[in-house]
Amino acid sequence: MQFPILSVLIFTPLAAALILLLLPEEKKSWIKGVALAAGIIVLALSIWLYANYDIAAGGYQFQERVDWLPALGISYYVGVDGISLPMVLLSGLVIISGVLVSWGVHDRPREFFSFLMFLGASVLGVFSSLDLFMLFFFFELAVFPKYLMIVIWGSPKTREYGGMKLTLYLFIGSMLALVGALAIYFGSGLRTFDMLALENAGFSLAFQRVWFPFVFLGFAILGGIFPFHSWAPDGHVAAPTAISMLLAGVEMKVGAFAALRVGIMLLPEGARQWAWLILALATVNVVYGAFIALIQTDFKYVIGFSSVSHMGLVLIGFATLSREGLIGAGMQMFSHGVMTALFFSVVGMVYDRAHTRDIPKLGGLVRKMPWAAIGFIVGGLVSMGMPGFSGFVAEFPVFMGAWRAAPVVAVIAVLGILITAGYIFLTIRRVFFGELPEGLAGVQDVTTRDKIVIGGLAAVMIGLGVFPSLMVPMVESGVKTILALLGGA
Amino acid sequence: MAAGEFTTSMVLAVLPEIGLVALAAVLLVVDLIWRGNTRRYFGWLTTAGLAVIMLLAVLFARPAVEGALVWGGMLRFDSAGFVFRMIFLAAAALTALYTAVTDSVRLHGEFYALLLVSTLGMSLMASASDLIMLFLAIETTSIPLYVLAGFILRDQKSVEAGIKYLLFGAMASAILLYGFSLIYGLTGTTQLYNLGAAFQAGAVPAVLIAAVIGLVLVGFGFKVSAVPFHFWAPDVYQGAPTPVAGFLSTASKAAGFAALMRVMAVAFPEQSALWSTMIAVLATLSMLVGNYLALAQKSLKRLLAYSSIAHAGYILIGVAAGSEFGWLSSTYYLMAYLVTNLAAFGLVAWVERNTGSDDLSAFAGLSRRAPALGLVMIVAMLSLGGIPPFAGFFGKLLVFASAIEKGMVWLVLVGIFNAIIGLYYYLMVLKTIYVNEPSDTAKLPKAAVAWRVALTICVVGILVLGFWFGPFYSYAQSAAASIWIY
Amino acid sequence: MEFIENHLLTLILFTPTAAALILLFVPGKNVRVFRWGALAASLIPFALTLFAWARFNPDPNPAAPFQFVEQAAWYAAINASYHLGIDGISLPMVLLTTLLTPLALLASFSIKERVKPYMILFLLLETGMLGVFMALDLMLFFVFWEVGLVPMYFLIAQWGGANRNYAALKFVLYTMGGSLGLLLAIQLMGVAVGSFDLVTLTEKWPTIQSLAVPIGVPLETVKTIAFWAFVIAFAIKVPVWPFHTWLPDAHTEAPTAGSMILAGVLLKLGAYGFLRLVLPLFPAEAQRYAWVLAALAVAAIIFGALGAYAQSDFKRLVAYSSINHMGFVVLGVAAAAYTWNATAAGTILDKNLALSGAVLQMFNHGLSAAGMFFLVGVIYERAHTRDLNEMGGLYAILPVYGTVLIFTAMSSLGLPGLNGFVSEFLVVRGVWPIFTLAAALSMIGLFFTGAYILKALKLVLHGPLNTRWEGHLTDINAREMIVMAPLMVLMLLIGVWPAWILDIINRAVAFLF
Repeated sequence: MQFPILSVLIFTPLAAALILLLLPEEKKSWIKGVALAAGIIVLALSIWLYANYDIAAGGYQFQERVDWLPALGISYYVGVDGISLPMVLLSGLVIISGVLVSWGVHDRPREFFSFLMFLGASVLGVFSSLDLFMLFFFFELAVFPKYLMIVIWGSPKTREYGGMKLTLYLFIGSMLALVGALAIYFGSGLRTFDMLALENAGFSLAFQRVWFPFVFLGFAILGGIFPFHSWAPDGHVAAPTAISMLLAGVEMKVGAFAALRVGIMLLPEGARQWAWLILALATVNVVYGAFIALIQTDFKYVIGFSSVSHMGLVLIGFATLSREGLIGAGMQMFSHGVMTALFFSVVGMVYDRAHTRDIPKLGGLVRKMPWAAIGFIVGGLVSMGMPGFSGFVAEFPVFMGAWRAAPVVAVIAVLGILITAGYIFLTIRRVFFGELPEGLAGVQDVTTRDKIVIGGLAAVMIGLGVFPSLMVPMVESGVKTILALLGGA
Repeated sequence: MAAGEFTTSMVLAVLPEIGLVALAAVLLVVDLIWRGNTRRYFGWLTTAGLAVIMLLAVLFARPAVEGALVWGGMLRFDSAGFVFRMIFLAAAALTALYTAVTDSVRLHGEFYALLLVSTLGMSLMASASDLIMLFLAIETTSIPLYVLAGFILRDQKSVEAGIKYLLFGAMASAILLYGFSLIYGLTGTTQLYNLGAAFQAGAVPAVLIAAVIGLVLVGFGFKVSAVPFHFWAPDVYQGAPTPVAGFLSTASKAAGFAALMRVMAVAFPEQSALWSTMIAVLATLSMLVGNYLALAQKSLKRLLAYSSIAHAGYILIGVAAGSEFGWLSSTYYLMAYLVTNLAAFGLVAWVERNTGSDDLSAFAGLSRRAPALGLVMIVAMLSLGGIPPFAGFFGKLLVFASAIEKGMVWLVLVGIFNAIIGLYYYLMVLKTIYVNEPSDTAKLPKAAVAWRVALTICVVGILVLGFWFGPFYSYAQSAAASIWIY
Repeated sequence: MEFIENHLLTLILFTPTAAALILLFVPGKNVRVFRWGALAASLIPFALTLFAWARFNPDPNPAAPFQFVEQAAWYAAINASYHLGIDGISLPMVLLTTLLTPLALLASFSIKERVKPYMILFLLLETGMLGVFMALDLMLFFVFWEVGLVPMYFLIAQWGGANRNYAALKFVLYTMGGSLGLLLAIQLMGVAVGSFDLVTLTEKWPTIQSLAVPIGVPLETVKTIAFWAFVIAFAIKVPVWPFHTWLPDAHTEAPTAGSMILAGVLLKLGAYGFLRLVLPLFPAEAQRYAWVLAALAVAAIIFGALGAYAQSDFKRLVAYSSINHMGFVVLGVAAAAYTWNATAAGTILDKNLALSGAVLQMFNHGLSAAGMFFLVGVIYERAHTRDLNEMGGLYAILPVYGTVLIFTAMSSLGLPGLNGFVSEFLVVRGVWPIFTLAAALSMIGLFFTGAYILKALKLVLHGPLNTRWEGHLTDINAREMIVMAPLMVLMLLIGVWPAWILDIINRAVAFLF
């Protein structure tokens, strides 16, 4: 038997979470040490997995399977393919970044890092699941850390509202998806939650048409699909930095990923039937999200709405059901995850020092914290799809896919790019350039840990932008599986 | 099986019941003997006795795969009876442990004796296969509970709870009895397992059968606190000693469900479409009203009372599915709800004891005053909300699945809508515990051993039922199967 | 050596990037390190370009017009590759870029603030511009097309004049907005043809029969819209009237070296786009709408000149002159487009003359505009004003500066014997038989050109000396002369012996499309 590396990957943060809860509250350095160690292990394992995945062979690798509840066909069944492995790597990157930027948490750090690790385990579990039940199990495992972290450590003004809104929206989505998933389970007649088996269940067209919206929209709510997106900015803004990073960076991908895995891959004909609606909604996401971001005056809200806009591109990519679109969506999920984590980390650093996120009260910070400025600029360039950065190599194929599926979507969505450029340049200028307000004269530069986070995330995005072949072939191999399902149905 | 024949297996079939009677007797005797400090150990004694009974039951009183009617057809010795009996015994044991630290009752041996008698009644309810036996069992369950609810004579609220419970309970019993009498009048038999055929043979008008089913549902609706027969619940839960409220909301509810499921499946198999719809309506009402009213509660006990009504609604979804899988789901849900709600009530009892209030504000800042209890509250509330990896998640998943299997998507959508409302107020409780500033920042004292043991068992139960489904699923399955296959 | 030869373009392209990265990690605040480091680094591509020029086969095979070709897998999933190559049109542009960059860097030695990021951005800018001239893959082209914007934005926004934020944002949004259509069209073509390779596209796109796209619009319409998307993107960059409004603002606010590069190279990117992409990919559409282009070009020539004449800000005047001069490039392109499938030998000659003139005009304008902006910068650094009315009679106190200014202005004006004359003459000569009226009108435009240049010279150098400057202004210094010298040499050289560069251009345009 091979080494159960995926299980180790999933259970490392889980174990760390439990160990943390057992540590005495006063031992803050132990607490941070455990969290950091878990983060490093997760990152190392995810890199190892990424490097050792056999792209030529494709398919689901590193599989492990243990019966969980055979009576219902539930098993603990994990495996990763070209779509999920980049997501695993993304989670690894964001988790450790989250730990590093949260080093200064002083209110109940034990609980903080423990919940953070629960969240990490949840996302890793979802990305690795090949069993529908297990996917839900891990999906909902995230509910309580999300809610509690926002209301406990979030920004005082909006945390209760934002946290509750986020949690309930996502719970609604997951419940809808659950209904759909149960329908799939019973409709297949296979009495199994094994997704690889369900993929070949041969659902009737009518069945797929009825149940696809449940599953896809249910999960896509977590992906921020219009008009169910409003939890995202409110929740992200209310959350503490590390959680904003994880929520926008990884959790939104969890939603999109699950929508793809359960919605499109299990009900491909349903996807074909409903693609027009997803395309329409996602296009609104792109343009409307960007436009709203443009008129925000809260630094963090700008980024919150930008996520809405960018996730629209992911969903467009999915809904094109074309090779290019899916590759682009896969790339965009990773690219946006890294980018938005970087954004939120920078926002957090600025807020920690300036104690305000009101853009008119900020300015000239490049002189005080050049690294934060560079990080934000790099993120901004990724965000506007600037060539040479990962955003471009992700968005370009999405648009190609849109041309194949619905040219009008490409033409409208491209406006989002221009608006994005507008708010990014405006924000960069207002926050980092111009006059330094008097109140901010004493602002300190970011710490070395912060620099590691900024530098690391920025390097990933530039590296991917210059050498897309670092990831595209892997995503492509995953897309092949999806296309086979789409074509075969 | 011919009446009058007496065999060892018949004794073994009621071994737990015999044990309960004996234990109750022991307690009454000890109550007379023990003086002073030793009286503190009633709770431990009860729990130890119950543990022994459970052990004996597992060792000697396991039913055969096919159940059998015993004691002249009064009882059915089958898995359903066995599994539910275990649920009641466990609930009673945990309640006894909690009450061991409840000042108002812990020194009263008769309290524990009543608890045991009530458990005895539940145990018989789960196995009764004759209408007369069933009614007797229900009364054996209820009458001690009326006393338990009103046990704290110095407390107006407690007395009020006892009286209220008695009045509502008596009324429900009367309606149920009326239903039973109609059944007897229509078919000429009180044997549950002959009723199905008797209804067929007697060509009873459908309207009458519907009326009978309605009357029976009213009676059981009261026991499981389903809307619109729930009015007693909030006041009784609030007034009764907190552990008793926990016992009422778990064991008593489970007993009601056990009897309800058996009666419906065995006596009215031909009318399943009818009662399924009626139960679905009850489920919908219970979920909506329970959750809606829970939203507005300031007292955590009342909140839990309303949530308990809502949970009756979720469990009714499984019953409404009217299938073996549905029964299984409801049974699993009841197990999950048992550990979850007992944990919640246990916590409330402890905080109430130390702060003198069960108001939500008394829980503010609990995570700072007692971090471990804060974490336990997370476990309990999320399990109630149906979030993994806690027991409630799998329970909810199963009842929803059973309804979807039967194509009752609308009912599941109602359930989902309610699950969301439910999650909202459970999260608000957690928010209070973790975010709100306490009025008193002193750490809470360390809890007594008995209480900690009980709470630990509950938490472990929540977690185990939350991800190690296998064994419990097969218990629930065997219970459901034994009701359906006869 | 073989390595250098095989990867010559890559080396030219990425030396500045590598240097920028090295500078990024050089600690310390010693500005001289950054200044001289950047300058030295920028000389390497220049030297390599000279080497390329020496190795360039001036008489290439029409079937494979590109030289120094490099191709490597880049974005295989959508058939975009790292494909570089240059021909006789791109080579002068590469030379222009690699020449102007060190000069601009030298001119930037007067920058005092935040020298390190300035130099890094400048080097990155060079890579962006060079990439456009070298790319033989449409997606790669777009990559470099956009990448250059970012450093330019920051150069203007950070080191520019008082109104720099507005100007920088206007610049970047205008250009990016223009590129959106280009982006969409590129994607559409990539989807339809299944490749982004320019050679493949040139072969297949103009004759494509059906698009693999559910667009519901006739093929002809789609192609026309795509054509206009390309045209508008490039027209904004050139800029062609009426898409020019970003340019005076950007120039006025940009730092001197930024203006030099902006006028010297960035505007050429648009014109190069017309030549490299619009003509070969959309020959039929270009022919159909050549008259529109010609009309716009004439408008640019005349209105640009009039606009320049109306300015009292020296830098704005020079900025408008760019619109005026680039009009000739577009006019040449329009005339060539109109005669796409002409067979008559005379017409083909006209077409080639117009095109060669256009390319040479690009190069020449690069020299003269860079020189003019630099000279404006020289006076601004001393006088801290660019208001022409506040100057006057400066020749008396700045004789060397005055001479240099007159020389450069004459090149811009098109004085025979200097470079501007050669290219403008070629364009007008080529266009005359094709668009006679346009050629005639552009001649009137040339008249206005003379007017505004002489006006500027008069206001700056002649007339009564504004006594305010007496004793406050120093003449042009050695560093500044070093910047100007190569430009002036080239102006003169092309003016008297244009063959060395025209030959290369001529042969390339002959089989451009």
